[in-house]
Amino acid sequence: MNILVCLKQTFDTEAKIELKDGKINAQGIKNIINPYDEFAVEEALKLKEANGGEVTTISVGSDQTQEALRQALAMGADKAILVEFPNSDEHATAKALAKAVQGMEFDLILGGHVAIDDNSGQIAIRLAEELDLPQVNVVTKLEINDGKAVCTREIEGGVQIVETPLPTVITCQKGLNEPRYPSLKGIMQAKKKELKRIGLEELGLTVDNKVEILEVFLPPQKEAGKVIEGEAEEAAGELVRLLKEEAKVI
Amino acid sequence: MAIWVIAEQQDGILKKVSLEILSKGQELAEELGFELETVLLGEDVSELADTLAAYGASKVYVADDEELAVYGSEAYSQVIASLIEENEPEAVFFGHTALGKDLAPRVAQKVETGMVSDITDAEVEDDQLVFTRPIYAGKAFTKSKVLSTPVMATFRPNVQNMSDADDGASANIEEVDVELENIRAKVIDVRKQSGGRVLLTEADIIVSGGRGMKGPENYPVIEELADALGAAVGASRASVDAGWRPHSDQVGQTGKTVSPTLYIACGISGAIQHLAGMSSSKYIVAINKDEEANIFNIADYGIANDLFKVVPAMTEAVKKYKNE
Repeated sequence: MNILVCLKQTFDTEAKIELKDGKINAQGIKNIINPYDEFAVEEALKLKEANGGEVTTISVGSDQTQEALRQALAMGADKAILVEFPNSDEHATAKALAKAVQGMEFDLILGGHVAIDDNSGQIAIRLAEELDLPQVNVVTKLEINDGKAVCTREIEGGVQIVETPLPTVITCQKGLNEPRYPSLKGIMQAKKKELKRIGLEELGLTVDNKVEILEVFLPPQKEAGKVIEGEAEEAAGELVRLLKEEAKVI
Repeated sequence: MAIWVIAEQQDGILKKVSLEILSKGQELAEELGFELETVLLGEDVSELADTLAAYGASKVYVADDEELAVYGSEAYSQVIASLIEENEPEAVFFGHTALGKDLAPRVAQKVETGMVSDITDAEVEDDQLVFTRPIYAGKAFTKSKVLSTPVMATFRPNVQNMSDADDGASANIEEVDVELENIRAKVIDVRKQSGGRVLLTEADIIVSGGRGMKGPENYPVIEELADALGAAVGASRASVDAGWRPHSDQVGQTGKTVSPTLYIACGISGAIQHLAGMSSSKYIVAINKDEEANIFNIADYGIANDLFKVVPAMTEAVKKYKNE
């Protein structure tokens, strides 16, 4: 079973966001594999352990993105592809991914359901469309049998069970698995594994961004609110009164 | 020239977010001199067109077919993409819901256009639509525009104000021929979660519990307040990771993003990753024993005291008000 895992390098979840020259300042920030993509890497490795085959990870990014791919290799992925295309929008990123894997055959393409930085949640689905594959989004349980995937997918107020033939694109949600840490042996082996870099020219892709970011800004500082003093019962009564009479929300 | 809103319904009930987008869409359409139109998909859904008209739609494309009874990304995206190619709207809006998140990117790639996800505001600048959206889970925001047509965006639920319904309004109905091909992914079962409470992402009021709840056995304390208020119950990552609550209740960067009118945080310290999921709430209340807790920095009202004393007293006070 051959599996492709799409991953993105993001800031650590605890990173403090600051601006420099009107842009997000990336200096001094610790980078990680987007946590949802890490679930995808783990799921691919588990499926490989059960069924054999190969796990290839791919990312569209910059030189620095190598670190995230190396980490996936250290977790146990076999090969990695870096498409060097910084600052591409969602449409262009999906085009680049599709072009980079042209001619390769996969039974399954996995990714996170969203990246925690831009929170866009578009790439994997756009890729499914680009490759003319079905998709199952926000999956918390996955079973593969007889060339079919049976997925439990989170929706508002419940779950859907979706069945689809392979190959398919599946996006992963927390709850699917617990990602492993790379072992020391894994880290050593990762250094020798193949990490192929492809530039845009080599890819033969000309595509312009279709979304333009006009401005990045930080949220306004909220003014300190009202702290209600007094005994617990008394304060609770006063709070409920304020919610009703001042804020008018209950 | 038209702005389209993809109307979302489940079991024959329109989602509130669709009416919120229509309300905002009215403003935008008026400013741009565009029509406001909707697309409605499902089975036996035509009667919902009246409600869409009441919220400003001048035309409703109705795709009514048994194959559309349950949402599927392939079927729905085929219908919408061919309607877009035929009618060339200037903009197409979706709710940022389970359905919208799954459907909109597929449609966008089919019609080769750009899309802005999870927007919290839309305005017209120099005759163009400009969208505001949170990034890094609300630690920063961007304003952006789409350079291709149609302009596509998904709207965060519970953020836009609803306009008043004009019950006398009517819309032109255009029935759409549904032709589908090569549908592979199929929904074979839907399981609703038990419990009659409102959905987290749609709730007007949320009562949320964190590490300070001390254990799963104590959640009835906040559930009782939630029931008195008609609220949903949320949880912080700490309490989900501890196994006290299911992940579907988690609010935060690796959980749900919510923007209720009122968010009551009980025993939640206010880690950055939690604030990310709820900081766009209109009013925030913090109840925490630790008066230094970060949550107080963004709370509109705070009580630095024992939640096990404060919350039951709030429940009593709310019940008293409701009985008056």
